[in-house]
Amino acid sequence: MPTRKRQLPEIPPELVGTVHVTPLDRIYNWARKRSLWPMFFGLACCAFEMVGTFAARFDPSRFGMEIMRASPRQADLLIVNGTVTKKMAPQVIRLYNQLPEPKYVLAMGACAISGGPFKEGYNVVSGIDKFIPVDVYIPGCPPRPEALMHGFLTIHARMERESVRDLRWYRKGEEVDTSVPVPELGPDLVDWRLAEQIEALQQPATDNQQPAE
Amino acid sequence: MYASLHLVKSLGITFRRFVETYVDDLRWFFKGGFGARYRPDTLPIRQSPTKSRGIFTVQYPAERLPLPERFRGFPFLIEEEGKLRCTACGTCARVCPPQCIWIVRASDPETGKPLREPAEFYIDISICMQCGFCAEFCPFDAIKMGHEIEIAAFDREKDLLLDLERLRKPLSYHAQIHPTEYAAEQEKKQARAAARARK
Amino acid sequence: MATEVTPEPTDEVLTRLQERFPGAVEAAPEPYEGLIVARDHLVDVATFLRDEMGYAYLSDVVGVDYPEEVNGLPPRFEVVYHLFRPVGGPLTLHVHADRENPVVPSLVPVFPSANFQEREAWDLVGIRFEGHPDLRRILLWDGFDGHPLRKDWHEVYYEEEKKPFGSRWPEGHPVMAESRTPLGRNLRYPPGWSPEDWRPTTDPWGYRPHDEVAEQKNPAMPVDRVVLNMGPHHPSTHGVLRLLATLEGERIQKLEPMLGFLHRCHEKIGERNTWLGNIPYTDRLDYVCSMTNNWPYVLAVEKLMGVEVPERAEYIRVIMGEFTRFLNHAVSVGFMCNDLGIYFTVMLYALEEREFILDLFEMTAGSRMMCNYMRFGGVAHDMTEEAVALARELAFERLPRFIDKVDAYLTENEIFRARTVGVGVLPPEQAVAYGCTGPLLRGSGVPYDIRRADPYSIYDEFDFEIITAPDGDVYSRYLVRLGEMRESLRILQQALNRLPDGPVMAGKKKATVKVPPGESYGRIEAPKGELGFYIVSDGSPNPYRYHIRAPSFVNLGVMGELCRGHLIADVVIILASIDITLGEVDR
Repeated sequence: MPTRKRQLPEIPPELVGTVHVTPLDRIYNWARKRSLWPMFFGLACCAFEMVGTFAARFDPSRFGMEIMRASPRQADLLIVNGTVTKKMAPQVIRLYNQLPEPKYVLAMGACAISGGPFKEGYNVVSGIDKFIPVDVYIPGCPPRPEALMHGFLTIHARMERESVRDLRWYRKGEEVDTSVPVPELGPDLVDWRLAEQIEALQQPATDNQQPAE
Repeated sequence: MYASLHLVKSLGITFRRFVETYVDDLRWFFKGGFGARYRPDTLPIRQSPTKSRGIFTVQYPAERLPLPERFRGFPFLIEEEGKLRCTACGTCARVCPPQCIWIVRASDPETGKPLREPAEFYIDISICMQCGFCAEFCPFDAIKMGHEIEIAAFDREKDLLLDLERLRKPLSYHAQIHPTEYAAEQEKKQARAAARARK
Repeated sequence: MATEVTPEPTDEVLTRLQERFPGAVEAAPEPYEGLIVARDHLVDVATFLRDEMGYAYLSDVVGVDYPEEVNGLPPRFEVVYHLFRPVGGPLTLHVHADRENPVVPSLVPVFPSANFQEREAWDLVGIRFEGHPDLRRILLWDGFDGHPLRKDWHEVYYEEEKKPFGSRWPEGHPVMAESRTPLGRNLRYPPGWSPEDWRPTTDPWGYRPHDEVAEQKNPAMPVDRVVLNMGPHHPSTHGVLRLLATLEGERIQKLEPMLGFLHRCHEKIGERNTWLGNIPYTDRLDYVCSMTNNWPYVLAVEKLMGVEVPERAEYIRVIMGEFTRFLNHAVSVGFMCNDLGIYFTVMLYALEEREFILDLFEMTAGSRMMCNYMRFGGVAHDMTEEAVALARELAFERLPRFIDKVDAYLTENEIFRARTVGVGVLPPEQAVAYGCTGPLLRGSGVPYDIRRADPYSIYDEFDFEIITAPDGDVYSRYLVRLGEMRESLRILQQALNRLPDGPVMAGKKKATVKVPPGESYGRIEAPKGELGFYIVSDGSPNPYRYHIRAPSFVNLGVMGELCRGHLIADVVIILASIDITLGEVDR
């Protein structure tokens, strides 16, 4: 009986030495890939295109992701689809914090990536990646359904690179807290991680005058 | 009281939808054998508004919907005979509603005079709203909306800021995705050449 | 067929008003339209217009900032009202307010539809409305620093007053635009403000009014008072709407929609953009039907420019507009069933039809959702023969079958009727007072449709009915939508049969258009109701003021009234029957 050589996925050159590919990983990643549950979460225009993607013509249930869960506790993929406004940002971040590990974030459309065409608006966050780590960006305004599904496939590709050994949610001993402090609405959006910088920025402003209004 | 005739009728409609696919499968089976319905050449029939029966899912990524010629993807610059058509006039950067185009005009290294070509050309597709104004108002037909949609990326600053190298596409790509437009362009060009020859 | 439309008799109104209120009303000087009303007489004039002159319908309230003297009028804040009669064009009222202390009497006691719009004018322009029952910020949050639509208020990104900007990246190498703002985050705080000593004293989430709702005592069945948040992340709020409800048991005692979670600063950005550059932005207002968003904007600008649109372009606009109406109503009925718990069945059927209509849009305009199709004086591209063939297939064969299917599926369905008949009843008088338009108004039996009342484009050439239903409940609104889909197909069939040849653009497409100074209000019967654009031009390449009267926003004003006394489970279905898109509500 000829022994079949195990075909292991190729390791990208930048990850050689950090990633170990084992058959266990392959099974594990295959299972995770085929059961990625997105959260039913809509922000703006892209949300409607996402609804269109999840309908009959494109049907992502072929990838095992037909169930869109309205509760973040039951989902593992957050599709940020649309403009994140400053008023909405605390909610988006709260939802991200509530997602159980392993969690993936997909920024769909120009607005979620960088604020897009509304970037200069006073109530618009310049990209959700300022607050939460984004795994895959899908440019487009809005991206076609195929582009969104290509984004899903890209997430699958990212999953394939992961290994059971070094995933953060399996690490013993050290608790990794991935939650992000929820910003508050003050005179503008207050991101508590920036408190010191804001303080530093405000100090000279009181001595001199306000930077150009 | 609630379980009565119309409810059954409604359920009948959903049930009909449910069996339609199987009936259609059988119809195709008699016509073309096993799995005939899902062959790539039947895609136009499955996707037609009048002829489609049952499920009409596009089996992406195995098969793709054809993009219409006018589809607006992200802009690209046409390279004709090794040279860009772009003259760095800046019309596209001016009409761009979200202002995501940035051009630096090239200058002659010896005399320092500005040349009619771009030295740098950036389009930030993390801002681009795909409105197509740059292509619509370009006086030289140098910038067009491409048909690439599968460009999901891992890194925003590296992958989504297109520079001259990534924007440059050969004329054949333009001819392939915009056949009608390309034909009209060629016709105009020939007419102009003929008029010049006559003079 | 088309009803006779009487021309707008602003002069007649002016004489009547001057007789009644001497010295309080004058004609607005060129290039403005309509009348200037003295502040102190505004409420009386409005009451008179409503009761004696038939202007029962306040459609639009806009705040405008004029920091400098212009056209012979002093520096001022201005509030512009657009009033309508059942037939005919607008009556424009201007009210001036001080630059230092802008106060204008509130019109809420006369026209309840002013409620949300005055709150918006307070929020964005900072005009206070005296006598308003609940003058709080509506799109931004309580505690926000400044009133953004004032001309001297600049956002953090501020580069120049007008687009095109000198350069997006003047450093000579590409820099992400936000990294040039002080924190790299599009954030700014008032001078001297420090996060350390900041103690929130404001009420950004708007709970305070609900704390004051009196507890109702029902001796038969004592229940607790609960303040409940629905949204902004909720599967049946159609986006990021937040409903804040005070409940007694399961009954709604007070409910208010909290807006602004998708406030994308559309109007501020619109005032920076070039005239042309605003067209793709309008697509993103009501993202379900982008074609009908382009339309009123180009209509308003064409009115100022005085451009004639070629006939074929008008036909194409009507075709696209009616397909959009069909699309919107189909999806809206689908969403309604989705919210009822008919999980996705009707929705999937509707989305299937949507795909075909989007194919048509993509073939013609180049994009599925953000069509960016209309231009000043026509449309961007001609419809190809292939597209006309697809449109014919859809309008004559495919879509009628869909309506019949939905009709057979839902109209007599006992469960559907049990959930919708008698729920969320809106009496006609209330509908008019609250400025409701579209299927919401016609579902209350008021036959008001702008395509007939104030015909634009070529709608007077088509034969179609205005669908109404008398009961004013959720079921009536469903019936109206179903009927309107049929009427849309009738219009489409006529238009496709008569589609003439010819150019689709008046003159050449130009990147910079010259718009003469003046103001104009363009409105159409969008699928959701009256979509109006109020624009002011000062002759420059950018609009001076650009305001959107969004049907979803105004219709949402009646939501609280509709829900009072209903069960919490009915709230979602009432909301679905109003049919909102958040992009348009919050702009």
